[in-house]
Amino acid sequence: MTSGSPENPNARPRPAIGETIIGAGVLVLAIVMFWQAMSIPVSPLYAKVGPTVVPLMTAAALGLLGVLLLSDAWQGGWQPEEEKTVTPDRAALLWITAGLVLNVVLIGPAGFTIASTILFVCVARGFGSKAIVRDALIGAVFALIAYFGFATTLGINIGSGWRERDRTGDRRGGRLTWTLSRNFSTALRSRSLR
Amino acid sequence: MDAFSQLLNGFAVALTPMNLLWCLVGTTLGTAIGVLPGLGPALTIALLLPITFKVEPTAAFILFAGIYYGAMYGGSTTSILLNTPGESATIVTALEGHKMARNGRAGAALSTAAIGSFVAGTIGTLGITFLAPVVVDWALKFGPADYFSLMVFAFVTVSAVLGSSAVRGLATLFFGIWLGLIGVDLQTGQARFTFDLPELLDGINVIVVAVGLFAVGETLYVASRYRFGKDEIIPLSGSLWMTLEEWKRSWKPWLRGAAIGFPIGAMPAGGAEIPTFLSYYVEKKLSSKPQEFGKGAIEGVAGPEAANNASAAGVLVPMLTLGLPTSATAAIMLSAFQSYGINPGPLLLQSQPQLVWGLIASLFIGNVMLLVLNLPLIAIWVKLLQIPAPLLYAGILVFATIGTYGITQSPVDLILLYLIGGIGYLMRRYDFPAAPVIIGMILGPLAEQNFRQAMTISAGDWTVFFTRPLSATILALAALALFGPKLYQLAMRPKPDHVPGDA
Repeated sequence: MTSGSPENPNARPRPAIGETIIGAGVLVLAIVMFWQAMSIPVSPLYAKVGPTVVPLMTAAALGLLGVLLLSDAWQGGWQPEEEKTVTPDRAALLWITAGLVLNVVLIGPAGFTIASTILFVCVARGFGSKAIVRDALIGAVFALIAYFGFATTLGINIGSGWRERDRTGDRRGGRLTWTLSRNFSTALRSRSLR
Repeated sequence: MDAFSQLLNGFAVALTPMNLLWCLVGTTLGTAIGVLPGLGPALTIALLLPITFKVEPTAAFILFAGIYYGAMYGGSTTSILLNTPGESATIVTALEGHKMARNGRAGAALSTAAIGSFVAGTIGTLGITFLAPVVVDWALKFGPADYFSLMVFAFVTVSAVLGSSAVRGLATLFFGIWLGLIGVDLQTGQARFTFDLPELLDGINVIVVAVGLFAVGETLYVASRYRFGKDEIIPLSGSLWMTLEEWKRSWKPWLRGAAIGFPIGAMPAGGAEIPTFLSYYVEKKLSSKPQEFGKGAIEGVAGPEAANNASAAGVLVPMLTLGLPTSATAAIMLSAFQSYGINPGPLLLQSQPQLVWGLIASLFIGNVMLLVLNLPLIAIWVKLLQIPAPLLYAGILVFATIGTYGITQSPVDLILLYLIGGIGYLMRRYDFPAAPVIIGMILGPLAEQNFRQAMTISAGDWTVFFTRPLSATILALAALALFGPKLYQLAMRPKPDHVPGDA
């Protein structure tokens, strides 16, 4: 489907770098999966279709697909023409990545509002906004609205820093949301299939 | 007849004040996120999944269904006025609708889209009402082996047939299945793919994956090419009232669009893209003014919009009757069922008639609400389009972060969210579809469960999938869907200047 240039079938298309990396990545993932699946202990009770059968099938399928992707990549890749002509805006991606990393680092120690405001400002900057003070104000207000919106309507308790603790005030309320969030997170995580 | 009386009971459920309110909230929210570029129903429902721990199932599903239908309506507004289709299903709407808006007929385009959506949505919901019990009767005969084969069929069509490349579609599907396998195996209690991280023992939450792909990945993608093109919003122009001629040119495409969209959506293959394109070509063929196509033909908006909404309704049939989601949004709704401990499938209609029929009735009501929300109140939604992109996307990421971090307050989830966001960005840039990841993640463990049950019943005999007639037929269809196009291509190869269109 994606093999080579249709106009001149004899010209050897050059391998595409990005696609090769992705194909190799898929292959590496499949190998890691295979190795991980082999290390799952299987009780003889379940020897027929134990916990490793489907993981091994998935790893094998992904491995095969990785090889096919690599072969596509070596035949010139598959990225649409339109996508090839655009060089991604590195500065924008860098700003957003910085915002995300700062958010992960700060959300614990500094609290949700501060981390979110920084994230907001960084993302807005990535999209070309230069009004940092305005963005910070909007971001802080938005973060607080979103925080209380989620906390009250969905009963989620987001890890609170000093800012939120000031405002949540009522201890019982905090307890309640905490319990609710515990309950649903355990239930959600067990993703019961029965 | 039975369906009809059941539906009346459903209306009794849906018409209670609280449920009407949920429906209104859902449709309003759905329209808003449909209008806003960068937000979709899958992402929104994923972020709202925790609500399943606070409200009863009927209310939650009325809310989710309102969002699902509403996003279809709102999406067309963006396609027409902004020419950035929010979803692949509204690409065709943008084709003609945006041209109409440029010609000063935005009002008529929005009207025919909204009324067409209403007509097709109502027909589609009627279709659910009468088709669902039939499918259930048929599905009750299914054993685990048949279910497994049906899921394989859905996997193949969703990932390999509907996208632009079978290899890429299947690669993302298996990536999703792998994500679904992570955690403790429910049958044996063995940890799988947890890399010794205790946080992964309970599995990766679908919220993390959906929000990572659809919010973080999408934002990164939009940011990476934001400076290259600024979209201009076409101001609302022209009367919302369609002229008599426009009515005449619209009503047949609406009905044809519904007739094309619903059956395709209801197939266990799903996909809203194919019916919209199909409807577009049908209308172009049948139009008395084919020369207008490409310049703003109203049939090219009316038909595909109707097809889009009817197929959205159709997708709910396999979801409710077989527990088989064929779109990312349906997959996330399935995980909502799971978090209630309800298993969608043939028994759902009997075990939860209140829920199912209340939901279907609320779809009818939601359609009426959406017509009102999207025509007289259209000016409000147009204002949403004026939110500057920096603030919009910054807000989306902050919201995505709260929604995810709030579930467990675990930095591991946040790191996973951003990692999956990065993968989502690469997938967008290298043309990998995202929906198979979500479908694989939700449906993968269910397929494994059926696979193991079938193998246990057959005492480990692998041939069970090929000896049961139903299962064998479905697997044969899946193989045909997977390899058919390739074989056809090979057979056609001798022609020298035939260039396969790999759009």
